[in-house]
Amino acid sequence: MLQRQQPSAAGTAEAVADVAAAVRRRVLEHTLRNNGGYLSQACSSADMLAALYLRVMRLGPSQAPLQPRPFAGVPGSRNPHAFTGADYNGPKAPDLDRFIFSPVHYALVLYSLLIELGRLGPDALDAFNRDGSTVELIGAEHSPGHEVTAGSLAQALSQAGGIALARRLRGETGRVWVFMSDGEFQEGQTWEAFAALAHHRIGNLGVYIDANAQQCDGAMSDVMTVEPLAERLRAFGADVREVDGHDIEALADAGDGVGHGRCPRVVIARTDPCRGIDLMRERAPKLHYVRFKTAAEVEAYEALLAALSEARQ
Amino acid sequence: MIETVTRPHYGNLIRWAAQRPEVLVLSADLTASCEADGFRDAYPERFFSMGMAEQNMMGFAAGLAREGYFPYVHTFAVFICRRPFDQVAMSIGYPSLPVRLVGFLPGITTAGGVTHQAVDDIALMRIIPNMTVLECGDATDVQSVLDVAQAVDGPVYIRQLRGEVPRLFPASEPLRLGCARTLSEGGDVCVLSSGICTEEAMRATAALRSRGIGIHHLHVSTLKPFDDPVVLEAIRRTGVGVVAMENHGITGGLGSAVAELMAEHGVGRPLVRIGLRDTYAHGASRDYLMREYGLDAMALVGAVSRLLGKTLDIGADDLAAVRLETLQAVEKTEDL
Repeated sequence: MLQRQQPSAAGTAEAVADVAAAVRRRVLEHTLRNNGGYLSQACSSADMLAALYLRVMRLGPSQAPLQPRPFAGVPGSRNPHAFTGADYNGPKAPDLDRFIFSPVHYALVLYSLLIELGRLGPDALDAFNRDGSTVELIGAEHSPGHEVTAGSLAQALSQAGGIALARRLRGETGRVWVFMSDGEFQEGQTWEAFAALAHHRIGNLGVYIDANAQQCDGAMSDVMTVEPLAERLRAFGADVREVDGHDIEALADAGDGVGHGRCPRVVIARTDPCRGIDLMRERAPKLHYVRFKTAAEVEAYEALLAALSEARQ
Repeated sequence: MIETVTRPHYGNLIRWAAQRPEVLVLSADLTASCEADGFRDAYPERFFSMGMAEQNMMGFAAGLAREGYFPYVHTFAVFICRRPFDQVAMSIGYPSLPVRLVGFLPGITTAGGVTHQAVDDIALMRIIPNMTVLECGDATDVQSVLDVAQAVDGPVYIRQLRGEVPRLFPASEPLRLGCARTLSEGGDVCVLSSGICTEEAMRATAALRSRGIGIHHLHVSTLKPFDDPVVLEAIRRTGVGVVAMENHGITGGLGSAVAELMAEHGVGRPLVRIGLRDTYAHGASRDYLMREYGLDAMALVGAVSRLLGKTLDIGADDLAAVRLETLQAVEKTEDL
């Protein structure tokens, strides 16, 4: 039986927020253990990704092992063993949705979410960034939950467009969901893709953007602004919703009705890159990759983790 | 006289795709220029105009291929290989998807100048793992390359010809993957040519053979993989040396592939690479550019002359007097 991700006990706003909080806690724990991690990405996107999996996307149960598979070699005609990590998102079926994960620097956040959802085992992060593992630092198509190789940013949306077009040609009712970061709207290819999605009237595709206004060099407003993002996307023919990226109900509602229109849906989720971890605000605007520099800093974050874990009990 | 076929890809694509509903065509605003307008008009539901946006087109092609379709991407070779190189490598090459990239205007075949002349496309596509690289040299190659590409498990780059295309090889002898065509046999010099250089080479080899020089001439249409035993054997058997002749820069294309093959097999013979010598070209006629950059029949005469260490009494008039015919299997010249 395929599970339908409809509002249920597991899909209430409180339950989704609990999953998101657990994701932040797990990413913080991992960042402390490894003295480094994409922590702010967990803060900004955990609510949105949890809402996508629990409230928006129609996914079946995972078809993949709880224990992440080792790397089976790069794809090619001589390697029948290559696989993608899409089977963590359920089987491919005409009526089921597909999830395309674009900013794969967020991989740790996705792995942590898959663990909280029971799609990956609780020890799956033991393989994170280990030699021969698929649980890579920057995810690729073999990594759990990933379907395409998107590390060269802004390439996933075009591929999702091709998948959505193919599904429309086959008359499938399942939708294609793409998770993107706002930094990817600096790449020209993103705008090429939106032009094509509008021109070809691709309405079975929805995009959730983590608009955390941060990128590697710092604040996007200093590096290269993409605002006014909503107006720009509307001008490109998208059906745009702008929501508080930490409001579960708003995030879930913004995905309603996708698949019935004739243009792509875009949900701009305005997020806080320090959400749930206020300690991080003093590091702003350098939030892209968090590494602790002093013993006092480690101690403060350890104390925060302990408090968060206690609050969960 | 040699037969000339007008727009061979145009009609062939329509015929070939008729019973293949899984074949789609994507185009970036160069549909008639790439002879895909007939397909567009015959099968509008399988044709997708992607506009001047090649990076996105490669991603769409990758997505369609992941879903079981066979996208044939049509545009000029420069706009496949240079501008969206990262998209070809990451979205198509890495996952080894069955996207077929059909690139037109190879080398100096266009007066469009440096921006339109693909003098590095073979090099760029050869270095992408999983990519198969094919190049057409005549109308028969053009009319049979789609079958070859379609049978490949993985992405394929086709360096394609358009417009007025000579038929050098009999229509009954289709292009075959990894199999060079033997055009003449002889023991002195081994000539490996590709693309439009093969017709030029045939002009020169006819004149050379008439002077008693044994030329083993192979037409190469599979640039990658480059593992044809016929090529290796011809190189091994050559008496004096090898000439590689291509409508491309001498780095990374046929000449480089031949050099790698010779080095890896310890074949110690001189190799002359005819091609653009680490230079761009500019907008002018094909004949002028082939002469100016040394890609023509006279360039091959000069290369053979250097290998033999003697002056050959062959001039432009002698080459112009050569009358080429479409080769027949039985007519392959043997100079032993």
